[in-house]
Amino acid sequence: MPDSQTPNSQQSALREPTAEQRRHWRLVVEGVIAKHGARPEQLLQILIEIQEELSWLPLKVVTDVAERLSISRARVEGVVGFYSFLHTRPNGRFRVLFSNNIIDRMLGSQTMMDEMCRKLWLQPGKMSEDGLVSIGPTSCTGMGDQGPALLVNGMTITKLTHQRVNLISELIRKDTPLAQWPQDLFAVDDNIQRKDILLNSALKPGDALRAALANGPDALMEEMKKSKLRGRGGAGFTTAQKWDFCRQAPVDEALGRVVVCNADEGEPGTFKDRVLLTRYADLVFEGMTLAAYAIGAKKGFLYLRGEYRYLLAPLQEVLSARRAQGLLGASILSQTGFDFDIEIHMGAGAYVCGEETALLESLEGKRGTPRIRPPFPVTHGYLGRPTSVNNVETLASACLIATQGGDAFAKIGTAQSSGTKLLSISGDCAQPGIYEFPFGATIAEVLEACGATDVQAVQMGGASGVTLAPSEFSRKMAFEDVPTAGAFMIFDSGRDMFEVASNFVHFFAHESCGFCTPCRVGTSLLTGYLDKLSNGYGSKPDLAEIDTLNRVLKSTSHCGLGQAAANPILDGLKKFRPAYEKRMLHQDFEPAFNLDAALERARQITGRDDAGAHILEEQA
Amino acid sequence: MSQSFTPIGQEMPGLDQWDVRHMSQSFTLDGAEVPFTPGQSILEAARNAGIYIPHLCWHPDFPAHGSCKLCVVKVNGRHVSSCATPAAAGIEVKSNSPEIREERKVLLQMLFVEGNHFCPSCEKSGGCELQAQAYDHEIMTPHYTLFYPDRPVDASHPDLLLDFNRCIFCELCVRASRDVDGKSVFALSERGIHKHLVVSSESGRLADTDIDPSDKAANICPVGVILHKRQGFTVPYGQRAYDETPISEQGLPNKETV
Repeated sequence: MPDSQTPNSQQSALREPTAEQRRHWRLVVEGVIAKHGARPEQLLQILIEIQEELSWLPLKVVTDVAERLSISRARVEGVVGFYSFLHTRPNGRFRVLFSNNIIDRMLGSQTMMDEMCRKLWLQPGKMSEDGLVSIGPTSCTGMGDQGPALLVNGMTITKLTHQRVNLISELIRKDTPLAQWPQDLFAVDDNIQRKDILLNSALKPGDALRAALANGPDALMEEMKKSKLRGRGGAGFTTAQKWDFCRQAPVDEALGRVVVCNADEGEPGTFKDRVLLTRYADLVFEGMTLAAYAIGAKKGFLYLRGEYRYLLAPLQEVLSARRAQGLLGASILSQTGFDFDIEIHMGAGAYVCGEETALLESLEGKRGTPRIRPPFPVTHGYLGRPTSVNNVETLASACLIATQGGDAFAKIGTAQSSGTKLLSISGDCAQPGIYEFPFGATIAEVLEACGATDVQAVQMGGASGVTLAPSEFSRKMAFEDVPTAGAFMIFDSGRDMFEVASNFVHFFAHESCGFCTPCRVGTSLLTGYLDKLSNGYGSKPDLAEIDTLNRVLKSTSHCGLGQAAANPILDGLKKFRPAYEKRMLHQDFEPAFNLDAALERARQITGRDDAGAHILEEQA
Repeated sequence: MSQSFTPIGQEMPGLDQWDVRHMSQSFTLDGAEVPFTPGQSILEAARNAGIYIPHLCWHPDFPAHGSCKLCVVKVNGRHVSSCATPAAAGIEVKSNSPEIREERKVLLQMLFVEGNHFCPSCEKSGGCELQAQAYDHEIMTPHYTLFYPDRPVDASHPDLLLDFNRCIFCELCVRASRDVDGKSVFALSERGIHKHLVVSSESGRLADTDIDPSDKAANICPVGVILHKRQGFTVPYGQRAYDETPISEQGLPNKETV
């Protein structure tokens, strides 16, 4: 539990540290670096762990880390700056972040954040003067089925109510260390509502591996091919083909190939990997080990999003147990030459790291900027080694294929989408949670299962997915019809679809890595136009501007984040146009600002508020 | 986000699709036949054939970077960055079409509004690649609302001035300092629209780094961020780099070397 109660965090960033503080900082830096070795590729992990001790990363600590790793200080500063959860200024002994996804907002997160700010006497985004607490918003924390949710010092609290907000405020005011908070506050439900082959699996640790080892890696690859399993992260690339490319890529045998499990489940509205990692971690790790066996990898990484920090300790325990059972490490299941182990790397608040090449950069301790492709990770991945990056659910599914065979798996689902899919259902329905459906289920079937009525729209695949209107509810969940990474957000007829799209676009602007021009600037320009509409200053030409930006984002962005950033508005304008038009009070040009409002700052500075300090509408 | 979004080049091709060794050696660019050698990008091949594809972050001395996106072209109907896409036999590339020119114009306008670019008072005026591209693309106004970011200048160094207001994030200084000078004086910090250039010192001042005015990094900025002091406005109007010939002509390699 990262509970940062050291006296250091009370000091201002700008004040020179005392000699004692410097000693303490150095000690922490030395301790963390000793654990990781002075390896630059561990930089992000080193920074995360130092911050868990110190609660922030003082400038001198950044310098120390750079010196110890023999890398440029600017590079370290660049990495610290990239990740939302790392900061070079004190941010309070308690750092509270409210999940800002539309679903949490619909459940009242905004009101609760305001309420907590009032109770603790502070403004969002600012630290209280005594250095006690800061409160702000953060991107979706993966708790849409039990929101509103927040993170306090990285730990998750769900199902917020006014009562809980009161309790938390009180605990913070009394400066109660997190370890002494009532533990039921930190409970996270699984909310499994519908099970199929994957969630019904009764496989024990080692079952799938034993089955695979009995027949050899070539036979495993054969079953994988027969299964037609496709990546569950959304892109739907055939898993066997990816493994095959990786397997055939030339490799430096001393370094070996690499398996990466992408558990950076950051797509707003998605939380199915959370449940797999909580209840089915053995399946996930076993799937990684199967992949290693098939492609000949020695090293595995599970990249866990920072928001799931609370899962780190339990996952480490599962890994330890597997090592003890001979399912990881040297000579797995006594098979000489089958050596493979798994390391967990933490993310630190960067959605873009879910993109596989950005994830690899992050694993290497760098800023999470997507790479140019080609070359692809299967030939040049982690530190240039052939790497297979697979989704959590994909790897878990591989265990079913290893034990039951590819044909049995391919019988389920549709022609081009075999097997089942976990859906993370949230929003306006009776039973939010995890639903496992065979591919081919229609949207209407899913809506019926979760008890959703009066549905205006379904957001499939998260913010970067598609917005479906009722006329499309007969469509099928499948790669050949409506593909999805698993998010399924439901909006009833009372919801404002403009607000939904606006929330998503602000999310993309916040999460843009800023590498390419269109995404860096375009997402900001888009939020500007949406805010203009939202504030009642929208006009017809603004819709034309939005249209142009959408086109440029789609066609010229470096990665899918920028390409998808426009999706919510494109779908919105096509399917829910009245929600936009009702905000368009003006047909012709209308400036984006109000002259009188623009004078507000001047009025504050001069302390005036008389009639002469205002410009009235008719004068303007 | 999981892998639910799929970068340019999204469908992972068969590995052999990129193995161009055994293929014939030309493609068409706006109807013209362009020869290439295996491993060349579309942009490089075009450049060697005397056809200029606009670019800002690409530089002949460095590997492709692919961030400015000005070199966007359409290959067989699909948008790609020509600096980062290997040339392949028989592909049909469109670069100078009304659609692509319009998109490039929007990208340039984006670069203008996100920074503070006051050409008339800028030392780099006339020799600035961003300005030269704007002239080539007939940009008369920034079109979008200006962001007016607050970016203080750094005049701490005795011989060099940093005016961050003009940064277009091409990372040429970052790459030159790291890969050529071996110093890593520059890096980018933060992300999205807040991304900005930082220097490698605890004070954040250039004077406290080991940069030298003769470093490649100090002489590669395509815009007016990294400037040599006491050398501003020394070239009269009419004789500045892009006064006479547009960047689209100067950006091509010497004809003899082709």
